[in-house]
This record gives sequence, C-alpha cells and structure tokens, in this order.
Amino acid sequence: MAKGYSVFSILKHALWPETVWPEAWRKAEPKPNYDIIIIGGGGHGLATAYYLAKNHGVKNIAVLEKSYIGSGNVGRNTTIIRSNYMLGANTAFFEKSMQMWEGLSQELGFNLMVSHRGQMVIGVSPGQMDGLARRGNTMRLNGIDAELFDRKEVEKELPYLDFSKEARFPIWGGLLQPRAGTVRHDAVAWGYARAASALGVDIIENCEVTGILKSGNRVTGVQTSRGKILSDKIGIAVAGHSSHVARMAGLKLPVESHLLQAFVTEPVKPMVHHVVSWGAELFYLSQSDKGGMVFGGHIDGFNNYTQRGQFTKVKEIMECAVTLIPFMARLRLLRHWAGIQDMTPDGSPFICTTPVDGLYLNGGWCYQGFKATPASGLTFAHTIAMNEAHELNKGYELDRLMNGAALDEHGTGLRDYRQ
Amino acid sequence: MRIPCPYCGERDLGEFTYGGDASKARPAHGSKGAKTWGDYVFVFENPKGPHVEYWQHTLGCRQWFKLKRDTSTNEILGMEQ
Repeated sequence: MAKGYSVFSILKHALWPETVWPEAWRKAEPKPNYDIIIIGGGGHGLATAYYLAKNHGVKNIAVLEKSYIGSGNVGRNTTIIRSNYMLGANTAFFEKSMQMWEGLSQELGFNLMVSHRGQMVIGVSPGQMDGLARRGNTMRLNGIDAELFDRKEVEKELPYLDFSKEARFPIWGGLLQPRAGTVRHDAVAWGYARAASALGVDIIENCEVTGILKSGNRVTGVQTSRGKILSDKIGIAVAGHSSHVARMAGLKLPVESHLLQAFVTEPVKPMVHHVVSWGAELFYLSQSDKGGMVFGGHIDGFNNYTQRGQFTKVKEIMECAVTLIPFMARLRLLRHWAGIQDMTPDGSPFICTTPVDGLYLNGGWCYQGFKATPASGLTFAHTIAMNEAHELNKGYELDRLMNGAALDEHGTGLRDYRQ
Repeated sequence: MRIPCPYCGERDLGEFTYGGDASKARPAHGSKGAKTWGDYVFVFENPKGPHVEYWQHTLGCRQWFKLKRDTSTNEILGMEQ
C-alpha cells in the first residue's frame, strides 16, 4: 500500500515508468462481522468511515460498495463547492464543510485540487438583487465571505456574459462568494478511500447489499451479493438509492429519486475564471482545468433510477447556456451523463438516527451532496458512534417535516411537492 | 422517452407534464392523526421498478391519464384506468 506521495516518489516513477505505483487502498475481502458497516462507498460513505476510524477510534469498519469506488454520484457531479446557504442548520453545516475542504488535501495526503476560484450568482431583476443582498448579509453575519456586485462590476469580471440590449434576461448584478470553487471529485473518493484504508477500514467493492437483517426492531447485519455480513450498527450512505435500501429494513422515507444531468464541452483556452450560477433558471457552469465547460441545470422532473437523462432537458439546459453565455453556441458538447438524486420535500438532507435501532441514515442530498462530503462524513460518523446528532446536523432529523421544522432552502427540493 | 397518450398516440416526453404517484390514496375526509396526514404529504413509495403515475398531455389534448412505467428502465408497461 502507498505510504505517502512525495516529489521523490513522483520523480522515481517518472524516471522509471516500469516501476508500478502501489495500490492506493487494500482490496479487502469481507469478514463475517464488523463493529460498523457503511452501505455505499461514495464520498460520504468513505468520509464517514474515515472519521469513524480517526475521531472515534473504531477499528473494525467495512464500507460496502456495489460497484467500484468512484462509480456513483461522487464521480458524476459538477465538482462545485460553496457555502452560500441562508437557512438555520444549513448555514453552519455547509460553512463547516467549506472550512474542511481548505485543509483536506494536506490531511489526506492526496491532492484534491481544491480551487477557490469564487462563485458568482447572477441576478436578473431588482427583486432578485434584493434577495441576493439578503442572502449575502445572512452569510456575512455568520462569518462567511460574500460580496455584492452591481452590473458594471460583474461586466468587468465576467465580460463574456450577455450584456447586450437584446439580452432576454438583463443582468442586474451578482453575489460573489470568493472562497467557493471546485474540487477534483474523483480525488475526493480516492483520497478518503486511501486514508480510511490506512486506518484499517475494509473497503469492499463489487459487494451489493440485497437485504438488511433484523432481530425485532434491531439490525443484526446485511445480506450481500458476497454473502452474509453481521454488524449491530449499519449506516446507509447511498443517496440516489436511499428509499431502495431503507425499504430493506422496512422504512419508507420522505425521498423521491430523480435524475440530474451534467455536461462537458470540448476544451478551449481559459476563459471562465469563476463558477457562474444564474438566477433566471437553475443553471451553473465552470471551466475545468482541462478547458472544457462543465455545466448543469435542474432535474429531469420525474422519478427515475435509470442514470440516463432525457433529451428534453438537454435542450432546455443548452438554451440556458446560450442565453447567459452567447459563445457557448459555438462549442461542441463532448459528453453528458446523469446521476440519481434523493429529492426531499424541503430540499435539505437527512443525517440521523432512524426508528430502527442500530440503523443510521445519510441521504436526501437533493444534488448538493458533493460540497457537503467532509462535514457529512464528520457528522454522520459522530451520529453513528454516539447514537445522537452532532451539533451541526441537529436540523437534519428524519421527522423534521412532520414537526414543522422543514429547512425550505430556495432553488432546490422536490418539484411535484412544491407545485 | 416517448409516452403513449390515450388520445393522440405516442408523443415526445417534452409534450407532457408529470403528475406524481397515482397509487397514493388521500386519507378519508376527517381522518385523525398527524402521522396519517404527514405520511400522505411527505412520504414517497419511490419504487425501483413498476410505478403507476399521472401524466398530462399538456401540449396536446390536455388529458390527464395514468401510466405504468418501470423506473429502473423507463419501459412503459401499459395504461391504467
């Protein structure tokens, strides 16, 4: 196993390419029982296992992944990190995540290519500018960076947007969070997998959970495609498939699975220096280090587990791209793909205990899970180890909707519930 | 995906509006209990497999109808009454 990466190891492998890089994490075989099983080897599952081992001293942990590490949503998102949230529990939670990103490459010993390029949310009406000012003020009162820009200032920073007289949605200004940016998403999965494995966590790939074993109201283990594995604490971190896995334990969730598509164009010279989000429709774009424009929009709009997007939505998102950034009309699309999202009625996640003893849930991410990965792992590990919520995820209980404590964050959430 | 409208025939998804789970039954008028109503409003069956759902042919005949679709493949399994 790789001890650590250094300039010397890179030089060695560059000069003698025939030397094989050691594998980054152990290919573990399932043991008959574990202290804690995490279902789902995505960013959140791996981060949870890492913080369980590091902060809570749990040694006997398994992460069960149905495919290979990086095959799910951790490798399907648009890699954006930000903490411009306004409501209750969300503000502190996502800001903690942002602060954790800042030192994570050093902590994991793996270059996550964290880029604080800033995120500019474009406002297209005076009403929207009032909303952005209010959001920015809330952020600043919570110690988060935010700067309000007027039209002229936006034009200076992002001259390629449509500032013409004919623009369908005239730009009034924007709200910049300078510390927001992007992170290389595969590296997050690999970095956490490597660090967790080094602390003794068994990462078991190609091991699909097919049933959850219970004795009375207490979990006792899981049935998998590679046999029965016992544990009296099980964490579900399979966002996209949360309903599917929770049903194995007899639970129904306030979650519906929807598709979100993402797109990348052919690479061009550096041009877009920020993450750009648009107020007229849900649309967000950044330029990758390779030069491709990486962008996405809203969910397809009907519940779905196919991981295959619909053309109707492709067209709508292209219309958004060209309306906001006219030069996009001259770029060719290289690839597009879809990921499955847990959509909750209020647009906020769940990190919580469940009515089943020993079963814990991390899900309902509503396509904002990637940026939350470090804080999600930290708080979910705490919830599992201590059997109660961490200070930061107290608002993410499963019964919050029933109790009138919904976290109704603007711009996300389940559409048919809202209509 | 193409959806078979019972009046207009098979048309593109873009002409339709999704209306959600059609198997969900509203609790009887006057039903008591916060959980009964909470589950009706907030909890979703969300199956990975056959799902009976409402669609409206918004840009066509505007008829609402029930469709059975496999959510893991998008295969249309038939119309429901």
